[in-house]
Amino acid sequence: MRPRGLSAGGSRINRWLGHSAIKPVGFVLACLPFAWLIWAAFSNQLGANPAEALIRSLGDWTLRFLVLVLSITPLRVLTGWSAMARLRRMVGLFVFFYACMHLLAYAWFDMEFDLAGIAADVVKRPFILVGFLGWVLLLALAATSFNRAIRALGSKRWQMLHRAVYVIAGLAVLHFFWMRAGKNNFAEVGVYAAILGSLLAWRLWRWLRS
Amino acid sequence: MLIRTNDNGFNHSLSSEITPPEAYRNRRQWLLAAAAMGGMASWAGRNAWAQAVSATPKPGKLGALPGKRSAVDGAMTMEALTSYDDVSSYNNFYEFGTDKSDPVAQAKTLKPRPWTVAVEGLVNKPGTFDLDALLKLSPMEERIYRLRCVEGWSMVIPWVGYSLSELIKQVQPQGSAKFVEFVTLADPKQMPGLRSNVLGWPYVEGLRLDEAMHPLTLLAFGMYGEVLPNQNGAPLRLVVPWKYGFKSGKSLVKIRFTDKEPRTAWNVAAPQEYGFYSNVNPEVAHPRWSQATERRIGEGGGLFAKRRQTLMFNGYAPQVGQLYAGMDLRKLF
Repeated sequence: MRPRGLSAGGSRINRWLGHSAIKPVGFVLACLPFAWLIWAAFSNQLGANPAEALIRSLGDWTLRFLVLVLSITPLRVLTGWSAMARLRRMVGLFVFFYACMHLLAYAWFDMEFDLAGIAADVVKRPFILVGFLGWVLLLALAATSFNRAIRALGSKRWQMLHRAVYVIAGLAVLHFFWMRAGKNNFAEVGVYAAILGSLLAWRLWRWLRS
Repeated sequence: MLIRTNDNGFNHSLSSEITPPEAYRNRRQWLLAAAAMGGMASWAGRNAWAQAVSATPKPGKLGALPGKRSAVDGAMTMEALTSYDDVSSYNNFYEFGTDKSDPVAQAKTLKPRPWTVAVEGLVNKPGTFDLDALLKLSPMEERIYRLRCVEGWSMVIPWVGYSLSELIKQVQPQGSAKFVEFVTLADPKQMPGLRSNVLGWPYVEGLRLDEAMHPLTLLAFGMYGEVLPNQNGAPLRLVVPWKYGFKSGKSLVKIRFTDKEPRTAWNVAAPQEYGFYSNVNPEVAHPRWSQATERRIGEGGGLFAKRRQTLMFNGYAPQVGQLYAGMDLRKLF
């Protein structure tokens, strides 16, 4: 049984989350980090090595949106804010968007679109390979994110496919871990691993209980 | 016929780095005007002074430390200098944090005076040198070196100091000395980064004795005509321009002569990634990235500036290549 107060508050928040403006507002908010980075890059605010700062920040934002999208279901279940489910697809597509921009920035500013060099990098370096695999999986999920794809696949198979997001979370943390391994600096990696780990653990716990 | 190429030490400046004719014509006009005002009597003296002392503009932030233009072969690259702001705000100095923006924010707690450097091990004249004694040990020279970081970026920096060999000659290494170990400051009161265990402290670096004796190996006390900022390794540091930047230890407190290869900090932390030699080598990739190209910090175009080809021994092959004759640089990276 849920306490009365919470469910009343929950329904108010649900009404608020169900407002027709919430999606456009969410969309604009999710674009802000990208807009800030572009503005900062062109106004010389990214420090001595703007290319490196841009590539890394886009990677950071991919991870943050991944945390956000995986928080939606636990938050929805724990708080009863069921209307949050409406935002899940959009947030998921923003994970894909930031991952694409991260990959594009790497290909452009680090590799100058040297496709042979990028291919060699992907094959030779586990840290790049892991990041690239994560992006390929995200591409598959983004490509099957619209309603017709759900119908075509059937909801069971669609759900199986979209559980790949857990693999993506693992690959993203591993990619970040290997990137930071050069500096032996795992504090931030640990924070993301702990958050993503507990979000996955919550799902596992719920699955085992049912 | 003598044909000058990259291989025998002729590194062409990029056309974009050559002073445009308008600029030097203006400069000549200005000098003529100044000469007219100062009177022709002082002109000859001024001219001689201008040739001997560096023309690097001082940032005006710290105490002056002038140096004469170095006559050492390869010590004065003609490439455009990286800005003082970039050189003093984009640093790897883990004792003040692992982020490259940490040292400039955190290094204020470093006290570069009083300072002593212990010289010990296999030498006839070991001893502890006071900073003032070291500053007077040999005339200061300005040297404009390329700096290539193992992370794939580079800078061009006007250092002030003298060849480390000047100090080594004074302490007289014994015949059994084969290596030199450089120990840097590790004081938790001055260095907040020591709380983290990213590396074993103190940070230790090392060179073979012949590398340490090479005239390009610099004991630096300043940059841009002023004493070193704390975040760049005050009050004295090593600069070995043909090796990746981490080989050049900052804020040195001990120099030890030994017969065994020193256990250097990065080699201990990740032996498969960082070898003892760590010579700049575009053909030997780091396990996680290629070393074939580099990004020159602050180069025109910023984000869109093209990466440069990395040169063997960071372009110092004509001066130092013979140190490694017959060595397999893929194995001894």
